Amino acid sequence: MRRGALGDRLLHAYTWLVIVWLSAPIAVMILFGFNDKQSKSNTTWQGFTLRWYAELFEISDLTVALRNSLVIALVSTVITVVLGTMLGLALGRHRFRAKGVTNFLVFAAISTPELVMGASLLSLFVSANVPRDANTVIIAHVLFSLSFVVVTVRARIVTLDLSLEEAARDLGATAWGTFRQVTLPSIMPAVMAGAMLSFALSIDDYVVTSFVNGSTVTFPLWIVGAVKTGIPPQVNVMGTLIFGVGVLIAVANAVVARRRA
Amino acid sequence: MRRLTPYLLALPGWMWLAIFLVVPMVAMASVSLQTGNAYDGYAMTFSFSNYGDALGRYSTQLLRSLVYGALATAAMLLIGYPVAYWIAFKGGDRKSMYLFLLLLPFFVSFVLRTISWNFLLADNGILFGTLKDWGLLPDDFHVLATTLAVVGGLTYNFLPFMILPIYVALERVDPRVVEAAQDLYATRVGAFRRVVLPLSLPGVFAGVLMTFVPATADPINAQILGGTGNTMIGNNIQTEYLVNLDYPTASALSFTLMAVLLVGIFAYARALGTENVLEAAAR
Repeated sequence: MRRGALGDRLLHAYTWLVIVWLSAPIAVMILFGFNDKQSKSNTTWQGFTLRWYAELFEISDLTVALRNSLVIALVSTVITVVLGTMLGLALGRHRFRAKGVTNFLVFAAISTPELVMGASLLSLFVSANVPRDANTVIIAHVLFSLSFVVVTVRARIVTLDLSLEEAARDLGATAWGTFRQVTLPSIMPAVMAGAMLSFALSIDDYVVTSFVNGSTVTFPLWIVGAVKTGIPPQVNVMGTLIFGVGVLIAVANAVVARRRA
Repeated sequence: MRRLTPYLLALPGWMWLAIFLVVPMVAMASVSLQTGNAYDGYAMTFSFSNYGDALGRYSTQLLRSLVYGALATAAMLLIGYPVAYWIAFKGGDRKSMYLFLLLLPFFVSFVLRTISWNFLLADNGILFGTLKDWGLLPDDFHVLATTLAVVGGLTYNFLPFMILPIYVALERVDPRVVEAAQDLYATRVGAFRRVVLPLSLPGVFAGVLMTFVPATADPINAQILGGTGNTMIGNNIQTEYLVNLDYPTASALSFTLMAVLLVGIFAYARALGTENVLEAAAR
């Protein structure tokens, strides 16, 4: 028994070690957003400042890139959630002829490497003479997020009690009324989870975007482009703010879910 | 009308996947057989030799990507399994907190996390610079631009995708099964090897699948951490597409990469005795 307890304690410490390792770059990112750097490079600690928070939007093309990322994430999330929820409903609730093929397509979209997805989209756009801009980026982002929404919504729908909807219909609700007042509210947690996931996937994407962006620059693309000349501290600050908002939303979501349960 | 409902619901998403996933694959297959140049355009000539040429030029990088992907996946398995094990069996009512902490990096952009490592590991940065100042490391010591940096970066970036599926599989294991094995005089190691490990294999399978494919095809870690001597196939595909505008070579390379990964996945599934790859991966 003693040996077991020691092993458990070692594993506990080890788990924390891995967590620290995983979090180390985040700490560095946050810390160097406060670095009062004098030279061009931001690699050594030179004192504390809030200057970069005050001058957050001083680099105009970085600000444009961040705004592009936010707009693209928002638009592609809306499209993804609508299409994904419909497809998830169809797959989770109904029997139809093309179901097998559709399931396969959904799985294929999840398992295609990002690089191949971006390369093949570019092949299509080049072959069909489609100009690359924010629209092609949105098309690509919907493509790689769609399956995640479908899978999340489908998983929720198959657990739902059909008799609730039947009761609504018996009480005279129309098909649309039943959907709006019974089905939609009960799948809402899955729809929201899918929405958050697709927003996160979109705002984070570099690989696929780099193929189809044309001259539209997003936040990750701008950062990679700036690696050679040095990352300005404003990037750290933006990363820190995105991190903070993301964690807040996740924690709030968990608290709400716990209250409901 | 009711019979049409599923078709109407599925149609828009289905169209999106067909037009932007399937058609592009066909377009890429077609482009990969064309010849020409960036100025005059490319025309279909069924030039299968594009594949031979592309492979001839980039076989080193393709092989290197597979090796790096495999090394990183093995490292993730070794590092991640004990974590998943401990959280699943000993996490108690703090399980979700530990999982949340493991997922914390995902709130920071992938690119930014990788750059942070570049930053942490810089030759004269906060870590090695300090150690060099103290005389604990020789002045020419460096990690950036080595195999270790790239494989380490890949391991770091995809580790949670390895831990989560293993955790899910282990979480389903009934602790009483393990107790029963021990009651029947299995040692701790024996109970793990003959009971827990086999039950966790579907999770290991899913984890390997979820990490090996993206790690092998990832261009970012090699680009940011690898210097010039560690380019992976993803970097070559990007350069051929976006810088050289040599679409046929780039398409042939992308197809080869996908084919190699698919063959790898199926061979792996066969070796592990999993009957249905799709099913195991969907879990």
